[in-house]
Amino acid sequence: MSSRDLILSRIRAAVAGAPETEIPRAYARGGASGADLADLFAERVRDYRAAVRAVPADGVADAVAAALAARGARRLAVPAGLPEEWLAGTEAERVADEPPLTPAALDGLDGVITGCAVAIAATGTIVLDAGPGQGRRALTLVPDYHLCVVTAGQIVDGVPAALERLDPLAPLTWISGPSATSDIELNRVEGVHGPRTLEVVIAL
Amino acid sequence: MSGGTFLGMPAFPEASAAAVRDSQLRFNLRKATHTIRGKRAAVVGELDDWAELRAAGKAIKDETLRNLDRYLLQLEEAVTRAGGTVHWAADAAEANRIVAGLVKATGETSVVKVKSMATQEIGLNEALAAEGVAAYETDLAELIVQLGDDWPSHILVPAIHRNRAEIREIFLREMPDAPRDLADDPRALAEAARLHLRDRFLSARVAVSGANFMVAETGTLVVLESEGNGRMCLTLPETLISVVGIEKVVPTWRDLEVFLQLLPRSSTGERMNPYTSTWTGVTPGDGPREFHLVLLDNGRTSVLADEVGRQALRCIRCSACLNVCPVYERAGGHAYGSVYPGPIGAILTPQLRGLDSPLDNSLPYASTLCGACYDVCPVAIDIPSVLVDLRAKAVRAGGHRAERAGMRAARWLFSREVRLARAQRLAGRLRRFVPGRLPGPGAAWTDTRDLPPIPEESFRDWWTRTSGGAKP
Ligand code: SF4
Repeated sequence: MSSRDLILSRIRAAVAGAPETEIPRAYARGGASGADLADLFAERVRDYRAAVRAVPADGVADAVAAALAARGARRLAVPAGLPEEWLAGTEAERVADEPPLTPAALDGLDGVITGCAVAIAATGTIVLDAGPGQGRRALTLVPDYHLCVVTAGQIVDGVPAALERLDPLAPLTWISGPSATSDIELNRVEGVHGPRTLEVVIAL
Repeated sequence: MSGGTFLGMPAFPEASAAAVRDSQLRFNLRKATHTIRGKRAAVVGELDDWAELRAAGKAIKDETLRNLDRYLLQLEEAVTRAGGTVHWAADAAEANRIVAGLVKATGETSVVKVKSMATQEIGLNEALAAEGVAAYETDLAELIVQLGDDWPSHILVPAIHRNRAEIREIFLREMPDAPRDLADDPRALAEAARLHLRDRFLSARVAVSGANFMVAETGTLVVLESEGNGRMCLTLPETLISVVGIEKVVPTWRDLEVFLQLLPRSSTGERMNPYTSTWTGVTPGDGPREFHLVLLDNGRTSVLADEVGRQALRCIRCSACLNVCPVYERAGGHAYGSVYPGPIGAILTPQLRGLDSPLDNSLPYASTLCGACYDVCPVAIDIPSVLVDLRAKAVRAGGHRAERAGMRAARWLFSREVRLARAQRLAGRLRRFVPGRLPGPGAAWTDTRDLPPIPEESFRDWWTRTSGGAKP
């Protein structure tokens, strides 16, 4: 008997006669989205010690330029499909991921700028799905600085609403603050292997 | 019970007695568990519907376990459709064989690893080493444990028993690239680990991971983490091998809305952990080109067969039960003699391994039955009831124990030299309680070998240097 058949037959023998269970879904599923949630989202992102700039929709270029200047970021990975106008205010060199940048090349950049697929207010989370303006996963992983632009319409209230909007077949990265560890005496240290600095621009 | 004590892995009463006398360990644990308890309570209190989420989490897991055969087949089909390959491993040896074979087929001699309890449970690193493959742990705490040639003592914070000075010493001794003037503050230590692992990540070609959840409907795997080492391992290598217990499956994508709320808040006491990665098979041009999923039984189906005990398979390894347990707080994780410490370990280990070693037979007694573990458990595992049930079984198993106990425990310990070496190191902490010569079946082994002397624990040096730090 193959191990597959063995495991399956063990399972069937183990649960024979066990009762079926109904799943109660009395928890809140929410579903609200939009600019009303921006304050909560901003507050929750700040709780992770990430910098947040909330600006009117036509102020994104200035906010991006200011963030990059403050960071001193001169060479940036820019994924395909990123709205051109977001970069209108900066002189920073744009490095495209075509042909795909090697991990070493990504490591040599000053940072990366992306959009996102969904943002969750209750948890201060941004979710990337490798769609337009986000790039493949390595792009937002190897550079030490990640600047992410979130638009008001992308903000949802909670985890259930976020999952509903996301495609399970796309590789997803849920980001809640910069990388962190509490492995040494439970002291939180921001910045281990992922980007050590996360900055979020919210376009209202 | 004490008749079955053997080197490094005494039964729970002996091991915990030693740990209780160790004031530094007790202080570390107290501080850590109380901090995390407070954080958990705060973020759980934020959600008005926590009780409903918990009820849903429990029911989803029960429903999954009831129909586990169906969901595993559905998962297999979905993963295969998405370009992955599914392997089935009935026990640890088979899982290790499969992984070693897959790694060797790539021609590589090293792998990077994301923290995974399943691979610890099966002793994968040792099995790979025996095949000439080096496995590098990349989670900071796992790195500390691996470099210190030690055992993990907490599900979430495996090096919780090490203080900063001990970690600094381990890094200076074992990491050639650690700065000689390395300070013992957590920031500097984390930075040293980052530098140490950076090139390894950027050049790794094979990674091994576990998973927190697998979605049957879509074939999606989910890993929650904090440091970004998980993302590195899941994204940069060409080949990804995930070893996952069969009980980690959930039926639908939507079910994640329950667990992605329950787990981070229960585990690290955060609204959300810094990074969660999900992937389905392979995605051309993004991440690994080859994906293998190894589905692991290794005793889980026998747990499933026990009407009372099967609820232990609902566990999502959040570690909340460890952090509230008065016994764990005093005894520490090593006393449980398993990768699964604390209340969940006390019910899971004896069920996975059987009740016939003195250690495992004693685990159901490692509790005051105060019920705090049940209250915090996000999937409502009634740990006290399972303990009581296991105690009854332990008594019944007692009649056979004399013949089987020593053999089974010794076989586990001696099956790999590395384990023995670690047991001896662990014995440093427990050394007053450890015989110089192994009893029972171990005697023949020690009679022909000199056991290395048990070293003084290095935290004592730190204790002296810093005048004892803050005392409990
Ligand atoms: S038994 Fe419950 S509380 Fe303990 S680790 Fe598992 S899920 Fe968490």
